[in-house]
Amino acid sequence: MNAPLLVAEDLHRSFGPTRALAGASLRVHPGEVLALMGSSGSGKSTLLHCLAGIARPDSGRVLYAGRDLATLSDAERSALRREEFGFVFQFGQLVPELTCLENVALPLRLARVGRREAERRAAEWLARLEVAEVAGKRPGEVSGGQGQRVAVARALVTRPRVVFADEPTGALDSLNGERVMRLLTAAARDTGAAVVLVTHEARVAAYSDREVVVRDGRTRDLEVAA
Amino acid sequence: MASRVQTVEQAIYRYTHRVYVMCIVAGMSIGQTFLGLLEATPRHGYDIKRLYDERFGHARPLAYGQVYATLSRLLRGGLVEVDAVEPGEGPERKRYAITEAGVTDVAQWLTRAEKPEPYLQSTLYTKVVLALLTGRPAADVLDVQRAEHLRMMRDLTRRKRDGDLAEQLVCDHALFHLEADLRWLELTAARLDELAATVRS
Amino acid sequence: MTPLRDRAADLVMGARMAFTGGRDGWLRAVLTAVGVGVGVAMLLLAAAVPGALDARQARGDARDDLRMGEPIPAAANTLLIRQTDTEFRGQPVRGRVLRPEGPAAPAPPGVAALPRAGEVLVSPALRDLLSSADGALFAPRLGGATVTGVIGAEGLAGPGELAYYLGSDTLTADDATRLAAFGGGLPGEGLGPVLMMLVVVIFVVLLLPIAVFLGAAVRFGGERRDRRLAALRLVGADAAMVRRIAAGEAAAGALLGVAAGGVLFALGRQVVPLVTLMDLSVYAADVRPPLPLVAAVVLAVPALAVVVTLVSMRAVLVEPLGVTRRATPVRRRLVWRLLLPAAGLGLLLAGAAGVAPLGSEQQTAAGAVLLLVGVVTLLPWLTDLLVRRLRGGPVAWQLAVRRLQLDSAASARLVNGVAVAVAGTIGLQMLFAGVAGRFTFDTGQDTSRAQVQVQFPARPDAAVALDRLAAASGVTASIATLTTLVTADGTHGMLRIGDCAALAEFGRLDRCADGDVFLVHDPEDRSADIRPGGTVTVGDGVRWRVPRAAREVPVRTNPSGYRQGGVLVTPGAVDTARLGPLHAEAYLRLAADRPDAVEHVRNAAAGADPLASVLTLTETRQANQFVNVQRGLYVGAVVTLLLIGASMLVGVLEQLRERRRLLAMLVAVGTRRSTLGWSVLWQSAVPVVVGLALAVVFGLGLGAVLLRMVQAPVAVAWPALGISTGLGAAVVLLVTGLSLPVLWRLTRPDGIRTE
Repeated sequence: MNAPLLVAEDLHRSFGPTRALAGASLRVHPGEVLALMGSSGSGKSTLLHCLAGIARPDSGRVLYAGRDLATLSDAERSALRREEFGFVFQFGQLVPELTCLENVALPLRLARVGRREAERRAAEWLARLEVAEVAGKRPGEVSGGQGQRVAVARALVTRPRVVFADEPTGALDSLNGERVMRLLTAAARDTGAAVVLVTHEARVAAYSDREVVVRDGRTRDLEVAA
Repeated sequence: MASRVQTVEQAIYRYTHRVYVMCIVAGMSIGQTFLGLLEATPRHGYDIKRLYDERFGHARPLAYGQVYATLSRLLRGGLVEVDAVEPGEGPERKRYAITEAGVTDVAQWLTRAEKPEPYLQSTLYTKVVLALLTGRPAADVLDVQRAEHLRMMRDLTRRKRDGDLAEQLVCDHALFHLEADLRWLELTAARLDELAATVRS
Repeated sequence: MTPLRDRAADLVMGARMAFTGGRDGWLRAVLTAVGVGVGVAMLLLAAAVPGALDARQARGDARDDLRMGEPIPAAANTLLIRQTDTEFRGQPVRGRVLRPEGPAAPAPPGVAALPRAGEVLVSPALRDLLSSADGALFAPRLGGATVTGVIGAEGLAGPGELAYYLGSDTLTADDATRLAAFGGGLPGEGLGPVLMMLVVVIFVVLLLPIAVFLGAAVRFGGERRDRRLAALRLVGADAAMVRRIAAGEAAAGALLGVAAGGVLFALGRQVVPLVTLMDLSVYAADVRPPLPLVAAVVLAVPALAVVVTLVSMRAVLVEPLGVTRRATPVRRRLVWRLLLPAAGLGLLLAGAAGVAPLGSEQQTAAGAVLLLVGVVTLLPWLTDLLVRRLRGGPVAWQLAVRRLQLDSAASARLVNGVAVAVAGTIGLQMLFAGVAGRFTFDTGQDTSRAQVQVQFPARPDAAVALDRLAAASGVTASIATLTTLVTADGTHGMLRIGDCAALAEFGRLDRCADGDVFLVHDPEDRSADIRPGGTVTVGDGVRWRVPRAAREVPVRTNPSGYRQGGVLVTPGAVDTARLGPLHAEAYLRLAADRPDAVEHVRNAAAGADPLASVLTLTETRQANQFVNVQRGLYVGAVVTLLLIGASMLVGVLEQLRERRRLLAMLVAVGTRRSTLGWSVLWQSAVPVVVGLALAVVFGLGLGAVLLRMVQAPVAVAWPALGISTGLGAAVVLLVTGLSLPVLWRLTRPDGIRTE
């Protein structure tokens, strides 16, 4: 098996008296779809935030491509999130003032791609996710399923090496959820991106190659254990 | 303690135990399924078997004997008739068509509610309860089982992705059931933790 | 129709909601109270200003000691009084020398017993000055008199006034005015129509932004309120109930604000006597707004709050499942937005043409208000118009522009106050520049030759007094001469005695030695017809023969800017003792690095003769009150802008807090914080630029119309334009700068989990 892209080692993180992570470890290999499973409050979202450099663990290390995220400056972590990572959340991730096309083009523009080129690539991704027709609409004017697909397009437009998806289907019905998952995993496989998928639904997790269970802030990664 | 285990086991065997295959159609209703396949257009016996295997048979194709036994039962009942006979020998040369009575029968069958059947993975159920009774962590049983379930669910998801609508429907049916198993397992594990906490305190 | 009692219950419920709701609820209530309170305090203060000025004027009238009429004879009930006003470090000092002529001599207001010779009564402010470290720099002017008492408040214009009454037993009627009573002089000169208009417009310009600010302050926390109301809808409140609850909430918040305003005003009143602004200080007791105006403020502010709330709720639909902005925003119609300013302009122009059915002051005020309100009404429309066409640009710009496209009104509302304040200030400063031009004149004084002129009344030892001046600390040169009047055949001229260097300042001497006499003629003036060898009358009747050797030389403008014809005499050519009492005059040059030199000169002059007059020379002189009012106006504008800045800050912070999740999300996906900072800046900068542009247009318009009304030439006051818009822009930058730390805090990437 090739070298892991993202490694978490014994992460701990508390919010006041609440322990969200109490010794979580896992590995993400290039191009794999990994499901983080667990009941609500198990710490899986916090684990995802730590993996993505959004939150800092109180102790433990997160290595991305061999680099310890804690040694990176805020600007470097931002750049990493901008260029190497993509994000899909449950809801509320699209900028309401911008059109869907502009939302998808946003990460490219943040990475200093010219507007015309960014919007051309954004339009391609919208088509790929079967939402070309909403390009000119604002997020408030599209359905939940369309909005999530726009969000997936936005997460993938920079061709990231890791896509973090936190309950991407949580606010959708089964049919729309399946569609989002199908398009997300297919697009990720096409571009070779790894996906870290947080979900509590087995049917959603079934789109993954491997699952890691989070319980009481601890992981049970059968692969690591073995 | 021993008597309690016995009661549990007795309780378990009181349920009908059926391993559900990925087959919606129970053995009893092959006849109605044939009628449904004939409703659109008359077909040869061979075609009927092929369609059935493709749509509903999956890993277990029908035996030819069962096909012709069923067809002759339907002929006897007046639900189908022989539409045409190709030159040559054998029942596979016969083309069957559905009769008025057959259409009525299919309609009645489709609109009749199926009896909801409680599914129970008896072995799994037994394992969990035994783990509880012997003080082993139910979570371990859950984790191992979840891994296994997810492996199967991944296969189904993959098949669903490549299959046609009927395939998708079948896979979904199985996926939802498997998911239900897992949710029951998770709930049980959570209950057991809660129970353990109250016992300890 | 809902029963009255139920409706009242809705209002009360709303009122309760204004103060409940945990920490956030309290924060909002406090913000509203402070915002409204500051506005109310300002309004009350403004309402008290005319009364305070009246009280001051009344006290000034009561101590009046100017007499224009026939002199009255000395009697038991008269006293002699002489003005010895001076200045201390630019602050005016009212000085009087008193000499009672009988036992029943009147005492000025605030004085129980007249000071005897060698005694002085001082105002509290002067007493404090004398006992401070700087006291030594002033004390010599009191001629060594001992302070025996303090002038009471009824005898002073204000608590900060520097004043003294110095007792004397040598004052003569020649040098003084004889009084039988204080006060009762000519009534003070009222404000002319131009000044009246200025005062009216000042009030409008300073108070209108306060009103706009109040409008913004009562909307603090609007978004959260809408969400709360939506929750009420879910549990069964109907639309009308929700409106009443909102009205009750707004009124309660505003009432709390009025109470806070009352407290702030009461506190501010106590601070007022400590402040001297534009040489003007006011007693706390004089700051008393008239009751009807107080009632009007107390009623109008909650009413305004309710109206603003109801109007703002028109744009949102509060429904059980949440708040929706109306999908198609209320169309911005240009017509009525233009109507108000057009009406204002019409009123002002009609006033300029002399048509004033409402009374000219009211009409000016109404016209100015309407015109300036035009800035508020046009701003969202213009912002909309501009923003709709904007495309592309960097990400920060795109985020800002898109946000503005969706809801420009929210951002426009924040800069309304700034725009109105700037427009008003520009208009007013323009009026000032135009009007002040008439009151500013070139004095002709040449400060390169001398900075101070000192004159002593006629006295025998004038030369000694001049020597003392020349020796004063900080004096680098003295042009000292003795002067008296010469008369020849009914024409007058000046006889001036001094050394050659001194005389050269008054005539263009070709050569000069002691013993020379020069005759100077002002060609533009019918100066005295004095010829060499002729006989003239000097001073009070001494006959003097002009030497035959006297030479005619051209006159030279003296440092005061005058040309005087007459005779210039070197000391060797005349026996000064024979000429009778002579005035002494000195032009002094002071060391530029000794700002207190002029105080030393005043001390030396007062030491030599308490009746000496000391005049500082300036190149140009403006009518004093204009300089002061103009400066005061800038101070007022800055205070107003800071106030509005504070409300803007609250508004910006609220907008940020509302979007915290989105901001955290943008940071989580790797947006640079600087990008977000720029977007916040652009988001307020765009409406500000539009607002300032509008402000310039309206300000210039207002200024032009006002100038026409006072029949002054219309000219653009560029410095005022620059300063005013600069101040406005500075406030916006300041607000954006202050909001950045909060933006940083809200955009910590882990903020994403707060929800």
